[in-house]
Amino acid sequence: MQRILDLFFSPHDLRDVLPDVWLGFQTNIHMMIVAEILVLIFALGIAVIRGLPGRAAIPLRALAIFYVDFFRGTPLIIVALVIGVGVPSADAGWISGRSAATYGIASLTIIYSAYVAEVYRAGIESIHPSQRMAARSLGLSYAQTMRYVVLPQAIRRVIPPLLNDFIGLQKDTAIVYIIGIGEAVLAAQNYSTAYTNFTGYTLAAIFFVLLTIPLARFTDNLIRQREARERAAA
Amino acid sequence: MNDGFVSVEHVWKAFLDNQVLKDVSLEVGLHDVVCLIGASGSGKSTLLRCINLLETIDAGSITFDGQNLTANKPNVNKLRQQIGIVFQSYNLFPHMTVLQNVTLAPRKSRGQSRNHAEARAYELLDRIGLLDKAEEFPDRLSGGQQQRVAIVRALAMDPKLMLLDEITSALDPQLVSEVLQLVRDLTEVGMTMIIATHEMNFAREVADKICFLDAGVILEEGPPSQIFGDPQEERTRAFLSSVLSAGRL
Repeated sequence: MQRILDLFFSPHDLRDVLPDVWLGFQTNIHMMIVAEILVLIFALGIAVIRGLPGRAAIPLRALAIFYVDFFRGTPLIIVALVIGVGVPSADAGWISGRSAATYGIASLTIIYSAYVAEVYRAGIESIHPSQRMAARSLGLSYAQTMRYVVLPQAIRRVIPPLLNDFIGLQKDTAIVYIIGIGEAVLAAQNYSTAYTNFTGYTLAAIFFVLLTIPLARFTDNLIRQREARERAAA
Repeated sequence: MNDGFVSVEHVWKAFLDNQVLKDVSLEVGLHDVVCLIGASGSGKSTLLRCINLLETIDAGSITFDGQNLTANKPNVNKLRQQIGIVFQSYNLFPHMTVLQNVTLAPRKSRGQSRNHAEARAYELLDRIGLLDKAEEFPDRLSGGQQQRVAIVRALAMDPKLMLLDEITSALDPQLVSEVLQLVRDLTEVGMTMIIATHEMNFAREVADKICFLDAGVILEEGPPSQIFGDPQEERTRAFLSSVLSAGRL
């Protein structure tokens, strides 16, 4: 028992590894924030393209569907390896010379945009057709109807499931350590290799949990408020 | 006769294998009020939606104010600026205040300045006694108030024609009269209107012409005195007597 405590919960090692893991964790936070912002924008674009009406938009719609199908089905770790190891080896000029964290952000954005596009799409489809009809009947164009009537309502409606996906994204910033990003897990791994002690992992796990709990509670609150509001309206 | 303000000629419309409109023709003169009566599913709503191109017709033609709407591709957004429609279920935008609901289309579709659109919205809201609700969201209003806001939202575009699609059918009985009064006011300023309604007394009072629709066909049309006083068709008589026995006439 003492042996386990020493290996995973040693106060002495905790003190030693804390600065490295904390420094690494700041990279996780950085990747998480940038990727989430990019995902919000990029996924909205995919969802809107997927909903475009008419024959002329068929190729665009097909592209959006293919994107979602492909990247929702691809493991993040493969995308991370292809982008984080493959792109730098390709000697493709500017794009090959980015930092590992940038490749990590790109990988997270590519994968999570596929998920979040589906969340947006569900929100857009949940808006009753009579809302579009009312907007169009007033002379608003398709684009204006989306911009002023459909999307504001749809986005409000999908905030809770969207935040849920972001909790997943926060944790997955750890997976991209595989391409050598100096984040929390890599710091913990370096320490465990050097000193055969795993307390660094425990510490990194605690950081991740502490980061997701506020977001999880915030999401719960939003859902509760919405339910209360809907009961009041009914 | 072909010089109507609105001319619907031999219009056919089907949804899949459900033939909703069968060779429907209708003439509406400028400043006229035409009421469409008939059972649910007889095609009243579909006819209204075809007129402002929310539905595309399968055959026939519709002209409005000298423009053929169905021959060559018209600019639907420009056209709909001139034809207001109000729905049974109000369809206000729930994420916007009353004022924003009323000013959205004038600003974004007509390109009016915010000040201009809001001044007009305040004027209209004042006229219907809802000025104090301008900053409220629709779910804080009664059904009658919401429907009056929906009418004002359409009026804010200064339409030349108003289509009212059973606008009192979703309202509690005690809220119906405030909405009908607003429509009555519109007839007095000469608004051209096509009204689908189940309110027979109201139709008799405001209409210049009544059209009885039955299974997608205008079975009988004429002035209210004739349709209500001396209906020629057996189906019209049956419909009116069933409405009568339901206490709605």
